[in-house]
Amino acid sequence: MKQPPEPDHLPYKIVIGLEVHVQLATRTKLFCRCNTQFGAPPNTQTCPVCIGLPGALPVMNDEAFRLSLQTALALNCQIPPSTKWDRKQYYYPDLPKGYQISQYDLPLSHDGFLEIHDSQQRFESKRVRIRRAHLEEDAGKSIHDERSGTADSRIDLNRTGTPLLEIVSEPDMSSALEARTFLDELKLVLVYQGVSDCNMQEGSLRVDANINLHIRDRETWIPTPIVEVKNMNSFRAVERALEFEADRQFDVWQETGQRLGDAPKQTRGWDDQAEVTRPQRGKEESSDYRYFPDPDLVPVNVSPQQLDQIRRQLGPIPAVLREQLQTQWGLGAYDADVLVNQGPRLVQYFTQLAEACGDAKEASNWVQQDVMRRLKEQQTEIDAFPVSAATLAELIRMKQAGQLDRSRAREVFQHMCDHLQSPQQAMTALGIQQVDTAELSALCRSLLDKNPAIVADVKAGKQQAIGSLVGQAKKQNPNVNPAQVKEICLQLIAEMS
Amino acid sequence: MSLIDLTATELQSQLALGHITAVEVTGAFWAQIERLNEQVGAFLATRRDMALEAAERIDLQRAKGAAVGPLAGIPVALKDLICTQGERTTCASRMLASFVPPYDATVVERLRSADAILIGKTNLDEFAMGGSTESSALGVTRNPWDLECVPGGSSGGAAACLAARMVPLSVGTDTGGSIRQPAAFCGVTGLKPTYGRVSRYGLIAFASSLDQIGPMARSAEDVALLLEVLAGHDARDSTSAAVPVPRYTECLRQPLSGLRIGVPRAHFADGLDPEVAAAVQEGLRVYRDQGAEIREIELPHGRYGIAAYYVIAPSEASSNLARYDGVHYGYRTDEAALLAEWREESRRLMDAGDTSALQQSDNPLVRMYRRTRAEGFGPEVKRRIMLGTYALSAGYYDAYYLKAQKVRRLIRQDYDRAFEQVDLILGPVTPGPAFRAGEKASDPLSMYLVDLFTVGANLAGIPAISVPCGFTSRGLPVGLHLQAPPLEESRLLRAAYMYQQTTDWHTRKPSLA
Ligand SMILES: [Zn+2]
Repeated sequence: MKQPPEPDHLPYKIVIGLEVHVQLATRTKLFCRCNTQFGAPPNTQTCPVCIGLPGALPVMNDEAFRLSLQTALALNCQIPPSTKWDRKQYYYPDLPKGYQISQYDLPLSHDGFLEIHDSQQRFESKRVRIRRAHLEEDAGKSIHDERSGTADSRIDLNRTGTPLLEIVSEPDMSSALEARTFLDELKLVLVYQGVSDCNMQEGSLRVDANINLHIRDRETWIPTPIVEVKNMNSFRAVERALEFEADRQFDVWQETGQRLGDAPKQTRGWDDQAEVTRPQRGKEESSDYRYFPDPDLVPVNVSPQQLDQIRRQLGPIPAVLREQLQTQWGLGAYDADVLVNQGPRLVQYFTQLAEACGDAKEASNWVQQDVMRRLKEQQTEIDAFPVSAATLAELIRMKQAGQLDRSRAREVFQHMCDHLQSPQQAMTALGIQQVDTAELSALCRSLLDKNPAIVADVKAGKQQAIGSLVGQAKKQNPNVNPAQVKEICLQLIAEMS
Repeated sequence: MSLIDLTATELQSQLALGHITAVEVTGAFWAQIERLNEQVGAFLATRRDMALEAAERIDLQRAKGAAVGPLAGIPVALKDLICTQGERTTCASRMLASFVPPYDATVVERLRSADAILIGKTNLDEFAMGGSTESSALGVTRNPWDLECVPGGSSGGAAACLAARMVPLSVGTDTGGSIRQPAAFCGVTGLKPTYGRVSRYGLIAFASSLDQIGPMARSAEDVALLLEVLAGHDARDSTSAAVPVPRYTECLRQPLSGLRIGVPRAHFADGLDPEVAAAVQEGLRVYRDQGAEIREIELPHGRYGIAAYYVIAPSEASSNLARYDGVHYGYRTDEAALLAEWREESRRLMDAGDTSALQQSDNPLVRMYRRTRAEGFGPEVKRRIMLGTYALSAGYYDAYYLKAQKVRRLIRQDYDRAFEQVDLILGPVTPGPAFRAGEKASDPLSMYLVDLFTVGANLAGIPAISVPCGFTSRGLPVGLHLQAPPLEESRLLRAAYMYQQTTDWHTRKPSLA
């Protein structure tokens, strides 16, 4: 990982704003009742409305609007009492009406924020402002070579009309890492709200970035022309594209000295293979979308009651949850971070476990070290995990009661996972029995008899010498509890004197 | 008296009594279409066989004693911008000349379930843009009262087929006067309902915030009958009014007592044809004689109506018509020719080494868009697309579109204030009678002025009706315009019915019919 230089020593600041398009998890499209499922054969999920046949009219999907409000609230946005629909007009073969129904000057939400932080402290925690989040319909998919002039153009309109929430941040991020972290956190918020599956491969989440530099000039800063970067297919790609772009822009500055306003806004596409950004056609930049209110739709009013109801049903907010895990369960910031970043189901598993075993620290260790490793190995989700929180809690309690040590408990855990057994069953299967106290005392006594040198060492104050006895005890009987062996041996030695 | 001279209401009762059959009725109107459509040109498409089959089915049902719909066995004409499943819907445009919708408009569904006999699709100005039906790319419609004259527009075919007795009922659309003006020119009764009263689903949009489907017939009674079937809330149209539909035919005969009629002074100002003025004044006298109180009123912003209308309507049209680009359906230019030309041009530029011209030359897609639209639309449609595109452009939006919307609100307020004092507003439908074909064709501005008295109702979203009230010395019909507050269609119909009880202008018949 490239370590960012100290800001004071950098000749420039990076300024990044993001535009994220999120496909909402509705069953049907935004203005018709066609299915939104991904992967259907081309043009099978269409109707007169979404393919823009003459005379067809749009009717808003209430569920899509509700999910948008929910997301906006989770992003701390302001929700005005009334919002409307506008037509954004341009020609493209995948846009059958010649316009996209979107929201222009009265978006359904504005002025929110998302806190970002880095557990490795590579940047200072900050609040990234959300300028607006508005709802719009998606276009279709073109497989189209405009320049070739051949008849190869293909258009799939299955996606046309799918609800998209466009979330626009303010240019508050000052490194590619911050942008990446913003996206991770945003995705987490969306997943916690259950409003989108955020699958970038299927196009459920798309990111465009605006980036420029502020060049240090003694006491002031000179902004360079803004570049919009598109075609980034993963968060990793966003991070790399922005790193590349910042370097490239500084080179351009040194070469040309162009300031903001000297050149029109440029659009560049990220080439993931070549790891460079390349200029895209400049034609669209000058286009005038001729926005105007869609006369086929009526304004949407949002009542305080409706907002209250959505607020009550709001899913957990990751930042709030991290805070709760620290204050209510006494976890450290790092542990809280790891758990929350795994998603709401895992956090729920943890809280159930902590409650059932009565030891949050212990529960956190088990979840992070054992459960998560197992999930990773098996490539599954916590929903499909074979051991319930209650069952795992049983095992942890047995360990706490001294019936098992950590390593034996882990063996039992593995066995429980592999064979879907309870802790008792697993212990029986592994031949683990509890060692009787009398038996244990006898064992310790015989060890002390055989090892007078160690006894002498302990008596002389070298407590750690006892470790060798524990090892010998385990060799003779793998079921013994090391802590108990240690305790009994120390007691017997004490009695000797 | 021939069957074609009966009103729909009369046909309905004769059919119910079993005195006549649906097949006889359909056959009679069909014969008239056969006889006159070549001269009048009201229909772009007719469907004799399907109409007769439907009529037979209805007769059979009636014979079995089964229940039938309110329009059972009555032929109805549809303006050809209302979608009919499996049957061409052209908007009288080359662009959609072969477009076959895969679905029925809501009003078509309603007509079908009312057992109406859909007999054909009527001509109109291309995409309903015009006031004479002359901008139709697919045919010429003449005024049955004088074949030298236009029938009005845009619902010119819809009005002409009624006047020529080719149908008893006709469905039109009105964006700035497109039902009322041709109704006046052809001497029939036509109503523009309140915006939202009739579903627009399946109506091919011209200007979405102004378009409204409405009934046309030869009497107020028939208009009521048809409106009852067309009107009602539709979940597929977000702008549809969720308000119950009154039984217009039942309240029709209740006279309006203590009626207060407002007359806008400006509607009788300079420029109004004196014969039209006289006929309308005579109509006003009829109401006065029936006890109505006549008041002069002001609609102060009325004079800005045309200006506002010709910003808003083209703006919406420029957007609504963007979809006709040759990509998904409708007309597409000859691609092979286009590509050959493009290759030739590219080769020429390449040979000349003119790389910058090559870079700037439009790609085949843009060429396809451009040429498809250039060839597919007629001049009036293009003119309005350009007007609207301009009005919505960055830097002009506030001065044009936004200002026009402000005027629109003021006009609505004018009406609200006026209706605090009066129940109805009365005036002429048009500044003059039907004009000669070609007379205004080269002067779009004078053509736009025929909407002078009618656009107000569209901008304000209120209902209005055109009722025959006399003839000029040359024998051309004149229309009386009544406007009412939102959702007061029944008031309009009762007032029109009252009028038609004491006058017989609406029963007059052009000699060719
Ligand atoms: Zn659809």
